[in-house]
Amino acid sequence: MSEKAIVCKDLTKRFGDFVAVNHISFDVDKGEIFGFLGANGAGKTTAMRMLCGLSYPTSGEATVAGYNVFKQQEAIKRNIGYMSQKFSLYESLTVRENIRFYGGVYGLSDKQLKEKGDELITKLGLEKEAKMMVGSLPLGWKQKLAFSVAIIHQPRIVFLDEPTGGVDPVTRRQFWDLIYDAAANGITVFVTTHYMDEAEYCNRISIMVDGRIDALDSPANLKKQYDAASMNEVFYALARTAKRSAD
Amino acid sequence: MKQFMVFVRKEFYHVFRDRRTLLILFGLPVMQILLFGYALTTEIKNAEIIIVDHAGDVASQQLTTMIAASKYFDISASVLSDEDIYKSFKKGKVKCAVVFPIGFGNDLLHGQTAQIQLIADAADPNTAKTLTNYLTAIIADYQQQINPTAAIPMRIEPVTRMLYNPELNGSMNFVPGVMALVLMIICTTLTSVSIVREKEMGTMEILLVSPFKPTYVVLAKAVPYLALSMIDLIIILLLSVFLLDMPIRGNIILLFLESTLFIICCLSLGLLISSVTRTQQIAMMVSMMGMMLPTILFTGFIFPLENMPLPLQLISNLVPSRWFYVIIKAVMLKGLGIGVIWKETLVLAGMTTALLVISIKSFKTRLS
Repeated sequence: MSEKAIVCKDLTKRFGDFVAVNHISFDVDKGEIFGFLGANGAGKTTAMRMLCGLSYPTSGEATVAGYNVFKQQEAIKRNIGYMSQKFSLYESLTVRENIRFYGGVYGLSDKQLKEKGDELITKLGLEKEAKMMVGSLPLGWKQKLAFSVAIIHQPRIVFLDEPTGGVDPVTRRQFWDLIYDAAANGITVFVTTHYMDEAEYCNRISIMVDGRIDALDSPANLKKQYDAASMNEVFYALARTAKRSAD
Repeated sequence: MKQFMVFVRKEFYHVFRDRRTLLILFGLPVMQILLFGYALTTEIKNAEIIIVDHAGDVASQQLTTMIAASKYFDISASVLSDEDIYKSFKKGKVKCAVVFPIGFGNDLLHGQTAQIQLIADAADPNTAKTLTNYLTAIIADYQQQINPTAAIPMRIEPVTRMLYNPELNGSMNFVPGVMALVLMIICTTLTSVSIVREKEMGTMEILLVSPFKPTYVVLAKAVPYLALSMIDLIIILLLSVFLLDMPIRGNIILLFLESTLFIICCLSLGLLISSVTRTQQIAMMVSMMGMMLPTILFTGFIFPLENMPLPLQLISNLVPSRWFYVIIKAVMLKGLGIGVIWKETLVLAGMTTALLVISIKSFKTRLS
């Protein structure tokens, strides 16, 4: 792999005495689906916020899409998409209005908005619902829509923060089809999750414990390394070593 | 700029699709203006009184007719026994009784001095005082009529002129106050709730990850509400001019500019509230309850500030609506220009700048 989407070196974030993220280093290749795992309070969200340009690291280095997280936050923001664990569309706007709004915020032209909007609606099979308020859609559809909207501006990297929380297994599978699609189109996917079956779908995963990255490899290699039958066992083996209690 | 417009349009969708917001935005001002303009007034009209005429002569008849002719009083009954007087007071409807003693006319003509008794229901001291004042004035009038060339060699006749509001119309005092109150509450509530809602829903995070600058997020929130508040201002002005007969004696452009300044001040306060609260309910509570009471207490349209103890007067200086009230009264009622109200305007402008800077700063620091 020649091009790296994300490069992290000794990235650290302190809040007073508390070291939320402790010298983490990793690379993510372009077009890769990178799983970012860890128990609650392990520092996942803090690390992700730094990479998205939402907060400054205390020390260390990192580039996202080739831009420096200290100096080029604006450029980073233009080149990434983001979807959080909380549902992130406007409920009192229709499907199409949401697409127009988020597309518009990223500076898409009217023509692009129209094309992309049509394409997206057809792909998700939402033709009949295009004029419906998003609030009246089932959760699974909302999540799929939110993901599609998050990549409407063709970002180089998309950050997904527990995107499938509370969604049924069938819809989760469909959601992952969308993720594979995006990765096939050259979008790097950086995803956090609690579901270990989802971890298996990733190209590589890292597992955070107490602010450090304790394991980083492909799911197959990790299972071999920890002599485990499933990712679940790998995760428990590592999580047990945690000293920090989840809040 | 286009991004900005996209944002503003989205904000209008929110407002026009939320019945609660619409109700606050357009129902509240209309209701408040009507309530304060019509229902809540310190004037007393058509108070029920009874006449107890033990004299039954020409003088007492004439005076009774004068009282009956006044718009302040309605004579509900004529009774004679003391017992009946107290009975009617106990029923609560009668506010005052005028008692002519036996030989009232006679005493007046021959003895030079006649007595008349006024009994008022002082359970409500203000009303009682006002009514007896009115009655005393009518009696004095009558006295003038019957001996215009009074034999008093020197006398002072006060000629009172009520400036700006010759009819002592109560709504003249209330409407500017209500304008201040309504704008204050609407502007702070709507902006703070709308920002906190985005935080609650999680959409704020998405906005912050987007290339849209945080400062723009704050401004894009404020602009739609500025526009809507201006519509509110126009509604309030129309209602007060055409329904409550309020004059606008000063420059209407000045009036709008000053109001805009005040609206921006309140919007900034709303932004500040939104950056320190986490849920819509709390934001609503703080901006509605937290603002309503100080505004009513310290604006001066219900309780005169001059009568307050010094510490409270000092506190009142912190309430933006207090300054706006002075400005708006000067412009609407007195027809004064900026030359007189520049000081108040400056205070408001200072408050606005300070609030805006603090709220944008705290909005930013909360992110990193």
